[in-house]
Amino acid sequence: MTGQDTDMFSEHYNFAYLDEQTKRMIRRAILKAIAVPGYQVPFASREMPMPYGWGTGGVQVTAAVIGSDDVLKMIDQGSDDTTNAVALRGFFIKTTGVKATTKTSQATIIQTRHRIPEEPLTENQTLVYQVPIPEPLRKLEPRETETRKMHALEEYGLMHVKLYEDIAKYGEIATTYAYPVLVNDRYVMDPSPIPKFDNPKMHEMAALQLFGAGREKRIYAVPPYTKVESLDFQDYPFEIQRFEEPCALCGAENVYLDEVILDDKGGRMYVCSDSDYCEERREQGHLGHMAANPIAEPENSGPRA
Amino acid sequence: MQTSEMTPHTADASDDLPLLRVSNATKYYGDRIGCKDVNFELYPGEVLAIVGESGSGKTTLLNCLSTRLAPTSGVIEYRNRVGAMRNLYEMNEAERRMLMRTDWGFVHQHASDGLRMSVSAGANVGERLMAIGARHYGDIRATAIDWLDRVEIAEDRIDDDPRAFSGGMRQRLQIARNLVTNPRLVFMDEPTGGLDVSVQARLLDLIRGLVSDLGLSVIIVTHDLAVARLLSDRTLVMRRGHVIETGLTDQVLDDPQEAYTQLLVSSILQP
Ligand SMILES: Nc1ncnc2c1ncn2[C@@H]1O[C@H](COP(=O)(O)OP(=O)(O)OP(=O)(O)O)[C@@H](O)[C@H]1O
Ligand SMILES: [Mg+2]
Repeated sequence: MTGQDTDMFSEHYNFAYLDEQTKRMIRRAILKAIAVPGYQVPFASREMPMPYGWGTGGVQVTAAVIGSDDVLKMIDQGSDDTTNAVALRGFFIKTTGVKATTKTSQATIIQTRHRIPEEPLTENQTLVYQVPIPEPLRKLEPRETETRKMHALEEYGLMHVKLYEDIAKYGEIATTYAYPVLVNDRYVMDPSPIPKFDNPKMHEMAALQLFGAGREKRIYAVPPYTKVESLDFQDYPFEIQRFEEPCALCGAENVYLDEVILDDKGGRMYVCSDSDYCEERREQGHLGHMAANPIAEPENSGPRA
Repeated sequence: MQTSEMTPHTADASDDLPLLRVSNATKYYGDRIGCKDVNFELYPGEVLAIVGESGSGKTTLLNCLSTRLAPTSGVIEYRNRVGAMRNLYEMNEAERRMLMRTDWGFVHQHASDGLRMSVSAGANVGERLMAIGARHYGDIRATAIDWLDRVEIAEDRIDDDPRAFSGGMRQRLQIARNLVTNPRLVFMDEPTGGLDVSVQARLLDLIRGLVSDLGLSVIIVTHDLAVARLLSDRTLVMRRGHVIETGLTDQVLDDPQEAYTQLLVSSILQP
């Protein structure tokens, strides 16, 4: 329970920053959300010591569920080392003293922005998503009173209007992230801006999935082993992104890859977006075609180096 | 015209029974009367015109009938597809909204109130189908093309959004969008208002054709008695919120009994 980071734990804060009453209020919202999968539960979102764009909804959810023996992993676009992930991890280490990890399998709580880890999650884990805009119908119907009614009455035709427009305009469903899903045959839900590649992972996931939107003051959830279907048409079925080549570093196939620009002459490579997964594979001896010489010259290295 | 796939409302026993029954429908806006003590019945396949000068309560009444505006008092009943007469305002909201997007249509004077201006014509027509569970893109599109054709919009405009359409085209698109679910009852509020005379004439012809092909029941609000004469079987004349005269359209317009109707007819129906 006490990791190497405990010395940074500050006694000046209540455990996990929020006061106990606030945490109880958030937990009540979370329980309600779990009871009605996919339904957006309003909650009294608090000011957090970070800007909204940093995932204050996810932070409040994590703060409400984290215990002193949890192990926390914090990812942003699949990586544990972006400024955002580092800052939020530091925040929880400082306010809870819990152990942090970059290893998916060792974490009990994973807070994420924009990705679901490649490694399948287990019943002992909770995945907390940071959500900017929780309302999947928002772009089509800006009136909140109307979208609430649509959810209540299960009037989701408009969602398909959007997909119809995609096909009419682009010949396919062009939505590639925040791709809408139907949860438990009832509520249409925005899965947050994860790539649609990750959508199938939500379906029947063993881990509890919690979603927090700070600015919009909404929490929603997908309990373990719940049906999550991506919306589509019979003749234009949902499809995930496909990649031509395996990861250049670890050789992984059927994972989500990021494009890394190597130089200004069009040189590029595709590597795992999930950096922990990639590292683990390399440790196990899997090598991609560029693993021997990964990003040779530092000045040519891509943004992820 | 071949209408087999349009599921026209074939005559059966329930054709003898009213589709809509209005009893003492009254709407007050504060102290001001919107409409008061309106009584009538509408039969399947019948076209009823509501006429009267500006401010006489036509729109108020139409909105009360179509569940868009709750009346202050009175009862409005509708016979559903299984033949049961239901008080509209005792139905729950889900049932009412279902009715509005399947069994009914509503054509607004301003197309922008009845269309999604930022999605394509095809999606505008397809929306109701998708709302009731259509999940085959090719079928939805084929149905949309068919309906665009019926309202005389060229197939190659299917991916344009209505902002690129003329006023007459927008109204025709609005009609297609409403009729795609084969509604039994269509409400129209001044559907030709604000259009050029020649555009109006074409739209009226189109509406008349569709109404008779599909066997639609229609309640149409207009202050233009020529529109009432062209389209309707019966006419209801309103003044200051009250229905002051009602009867077969030709009778009301050719031989008006009420002084107010006589005035209305003489001032507007110039040859
Ligand atoms: N929302 C409202 N609030 C208050 N009064 C209203 C409202 N809507 C209509 N009224 C009043 O109710 C009466 C009937 O109005 P209504 O709009 O039904 O007339 P109308 O016959 O449709 O007129 P027009 O031909 O100009 O469209 C008028 O006196 C009008 O001022
Ligand atoms: Mg009016």
